[in-house]
Amino acid sequence: MIDSERVVVIEGLRKRYPGVNALAGIDLTLSRGEIWGLLGPNGSGKSTLLKCLVGLVRPDAGRIEICQEPFSRRAKANIAFVPEVDNLYRWMTVQETMDFIAAFYDDWQPQRAKELLDFMRLDPKSKVSTLSKGMKARLKLTLALARKAPLVLLDEPLSGIDPSSRDRIVEGIVRQFKSEEQTMVLSTHAVGETERLFDSVIFLEEGRVRLVGSAEDLRMEYGKSINDLFKEVYA
Amino acid sequence: MEINFDQSIPIYLQIIDEIKRLVATGTLQPGDKLPSQRDLAAELKVNANTVQRAYREMELLGLVETLRGQGTFVCDDHQIVESTRKEMLTNLVNDFLQSMRSLGCSEQEILKRVGDGLFEDREVKDR
Repeated sequence: MIDSERVVVIEGLRKRYPGVNALAGIDLTLSRGEIWGLLGPNGSGKSTLLKCLVGLVRPDAGRIEICQEPFSRRAKANIAFVPEVDNLYRWMTVQETMDFIAAFYDDWQPQRAKELLDFMRLDPKSKVSTLSKGMKARLKLTLALARKAPLVLLDEPLSGIDPSSRDRIVEGIVRQFKSEEQTMVLSTHAVGETERLFDSVIFLEEGRVRLVGSAEDLRMEYGKSINDLFKEVYA
Repeated sequence: MEINFDQSIPIYLQIIDEIKRLVATGTLQPGDKLPSQRDLAAELKVNANTVQRAYREMELLGLVETLRGQGTFVCDDHQIVESTRKEMLTNLVNDFLQSMRSLGCSEQEILKRVGDGLFEDREVKDR
């Protein structure tokens, strides 16, 4: 792998919370142009890992490099992060939310943002407080994909979302992900409905990488779906 | 295009199989245009790189060709319809024979079963 293709390099990453070893030494290299599935049951360290990548959690030990730069506040400009929690202001409209986020980022693409809103069937005039959970999830994805960030991190974007919103989000990711210039990491414990999105998957267990590989290669090697493999690994 | 994926088999192989089936049945004709990779990925809700891999393999197989700036087309060669159909029939027969043998069928029993099956099928249709 040539260096410019290494979008994320993680070495010896550790994080302990009182009584829990959230990350127990993670080594990973993510290549450009792929959609990565970050898989594992609740409490396996998925969220902590993503939060370390965006600097929301400070690791106890280890090294993170993003787009060939050591982790810094500047490196954060390369990342579009969608947290699992509701981070939208309820009193804003959809359009106001878009304008608000656009002001923070140099890589915001207004034309793309408009197309995404349309595709996600979001009305710019709607108040955030009136949106369903599924609609909010669509808006959060729109905010991430409207940026030209080389690294897109989505924390459980599909959990607890109604089927129609889920379909829109999956199709939005397939259509809008630019594999020439972007890399995406999507964490989930609902593997069956998302596995066809992934180029590669990472199985986390108790803060360690249990298995990592190309989704198609794993299907070929084990003769199993990623979902069945997931059930077996965590049985 | 609609594919009922078996997620335990590589997705790109199943996309190739479905396009082969469309060619063998004449739904896709030589010279017909295939959907763009991104459109097909969105329709099937699969990773765009997976569709790209399927298209690339089919180019290597000589089933489709990509013309720069115009898209991907079923090769304009009527022989591929027959050869794809033959290949699918051979695979079907091989799978069938393998399953029959795994159930302990002798060659004679296989032939008899097929004969009986065809006969019963005709009876049902004639009714």
